Amino acid sequence: MIPIEHILLLSAALFTIGVLGVMLRRNVIVIFMSIELMLNAVNLSFVTFSRGMDSMTGVIFIFFIIVVAAAEAVVGLSIILSIFRTRKTLNIDEFNILKW
Amino acid sequence: MLIIFYIFAALSILGGLGVLFLKNPIHCALSLVGTFFCLGAIYVMLNAEFVAVIQVLVYAGAIMVLFLFVLMLLSSKDTEQYANKWPIGKILAGLLSLGIFVQIASLFTAGKLQLGPKGAYPLEVIEEVGSIALIGRLLFTDYILSFEIIAVLLLVAVIGAVVIAKRRFQ
Repeated sequence: MIPIEHILLLSAALFTIGVLGVMLRRNVIVIFMSIELMLNAVNLSFVTFSRGMDSMTGVIFIFFIIVVAAAEAVVGLSIILSIFRTRKTLNIDEFNILKW
Repeated sequence: MLIIFYIFAALSILGGLGVLFLKNPIHCALSLVGTFFCLGAIYVMLNAEFVAVIQVLVYAGAIMVLFLFVLMLLSSKDTEQYANKWPIGKILAGLLSLGIFVQIASLFTAGKLQLGPKGAYPLEVIEEVGSIALIGRLLFTDYILSFEIIAVLLLVAVIGAVVIAKRRFQ
């Protein structure tokens, strides 16, 4: 049996890498990938607690989290696509006006 | 068992660092796919086979293919030119995320981790009924309202994506 603290530590490390990616990178799509990484870290801790507490709730929640992540990726990428048509860049510093 | 977990944990952190540091966004996406596969393997070790399959199918399969597709559609060469504009921002970001990591890690390393009362589904029950059958039963009984709402959310996302991406400006 894997010690629960080690899995949670892995989850915290992945979450921190995701936070750093959101703050350091300037490419919108890479920022989106970092958000996906954070969602995965949360999923990992959900499974860990679900196994540690003999409950199925965490696994059910992951089902919902993955659906929300897919919806978020689809809508976000279509927004990026539509911004790219007019601004011709993926740099998030250029996305500085709401009206375009 | 434990050594395999450590190998997959190290590989998944390596993939995450690849997302953080690789210059080409396509390489970032591929290294994120590697992270997702390693997490899928860890889910199998935690007896969550359904989550592992969903992870590989939906995340590594569908979502990352969508990312790669958009990346190849939008070839932009000027992405990282502002990265070094304000170096103190990097230091601040590092300190802030270090703080987040220490804060999360101190929750379960400082003392003994206190888990709540045990639920109704220990490993023997899951292996007897089957994890996928159990999830299906729960989804259509206890969580049926959430299930319906998430279906509507998915429909809204599909319609919204089509409407946003199709709009034309002159």
